[in-house]
Amino acid sequence: MSLDDAYAEFMQRAYAMELEATERYAQFAEQLDTHNNREVAKLFRKLSEVEALHARRILDEMGWASVPALPPAFAWDGEEGPETAPFDALHYLMQPWHALEIALRCEQQAQKFFEDIAAGSAPQGVKAAAAEMAGEEREHVRLIREWMQKVPRPAAGWDEDPDPPHVSE
Amino acid sequence: MNAPLVASAPQAKDFKSDYKPVWCPGCGDYSVLAAITKALASLELRPENVAVVSGIGCSSRIPAYTTCYGFHGVHGRALPAATGLKAARPDLTVLVASGDGDGYSIGGNHFLHACRRNVDLTYIVMDNHVYGMTKGQPSPTTEPDWSSKLAPGGTGLREFHPLVIALASGANFIARAFSGDPNGCATLIAQAVRHPGFSFIEVLSPCVTFRPEQRGWKNAVHPAPVAPTDDPGRAARRLMTDDGFNIGVLYQGNRAPFRAEKARAMAGVAELAAGFALQETP
Repeated sequence: MSLDDAYAEFMQRAYAMELEATERYAQFAEQLDTHNNREVAKLFRKLSEVEALHARRILDEMGWASVPALPPAFAWDGEEGPETAPFDALHYLMQPWHALEIALRCEQQAQKFFEDIAAGSAPQGVKAAAAEMAGEEREHVRLIREWMQKVPRPAAGWDEDPDPPHVSE
Repeated sequence: MNAPLVASAPQAKDFKSDYKPVWCPGCGDYSVLAAITKALASLELRPENVAVVSGIGCSSRIPAYTTCYGFHGVHGRALPAATGLKAARPDLTVLVASGDGDGYSIGGNHFLHACRRNVDLTYIVMDNHVYGMTKGQPSPTTEPDWSSKLAPGGTGLREFHPLVIALASGANFIARAFSGDPNGCATLIAQAVRHPGFSFIEVLSPCVTFRPEQRGWKNAVHPAPVAPTDDPGRAARRLMTDDGFNIGVLYQGNRAPFRAEKARAMAGVAELAAGFALQETP
């Protein structure tokens, strides 16, 4: 595989990762809108927009006019992309701090994903790009940590509902 | 840099309707919906060539959330409706969505006979071991010792084993998926759709409201350690000793599916209607 091909494949994966994260946060926003948790829904929508910007930037950088096809044997090491929050991460009473905690974990996973590539046996051009992206993810981790300082940390019992949706007496 | 572009290949979003799901946040069914749309896109189908048929329950809301043709039917009766649809319109890809209550209790008898008939359907059962929509009653797959306000001390009843029943009844493809892995689930659904005959996929789909402990399933599931078999005897032994968390294709048979073309050629609509005409009395 030429360096150009390896680089394009790397960027396709990076794009797929950002796109998957964009979609997941948008799904989370919809779920919490449905359950009238507007504050957290808004935060997830914001996170989705941020990830969409990252995806857009890859398209622009690569000069791709449309969505690139993924390599035929494309698969993540885990079940989903490293920046994708698990489907079951939500609770209808969750607070902004919880959403940021989810985002923090995702950014840390993305950082590790790129660091591993940068430290691996990929061609030098790919390693350099991965190192740059790892740096960006590290910056995102820092920003989210700062953001978390600005929102109240949930008190114990935050998920207790005096009128729960599943009274089964 | 020239990357290959996808011009007009279908995307998962093409199969999603504008209706927003009302499942609980964190419910596994969101992921199954995503897996279905991804699978249909990967198969390069078009929404107008696919029908999604369901019964009643949380999981049975899925047809409305897709842009495919949909039929949200009667409790437990999704399979007969789907069988009729596939017989009348063999050109359609027909998916059937159900849950463990709808599919194995109220619809249990239809499940056996759908496997036996081997019509080319894909049956996706979202199993969370509880009746979620009606607020947490034990279902046929609930563990005997699961204690709740509605079943203090548990039911004491042995669980229904859907995969074994499917195999014994003649299903042609049997798989287990996990909603926490939507990409893996999508791959299994696509395989099931491609496989001729009655394909059955049991999807472990946690109910985060009534069975929050099922969030732990993500640590219990594991890929099936053996390749799929077409030998029903071997599959039976595997399924009977299965821990309930093997993920993958567990049986892939080669029985010819039932096709209705022959019956249709013999009896057209006019011919059938004539059979119901009232006899005029002199």
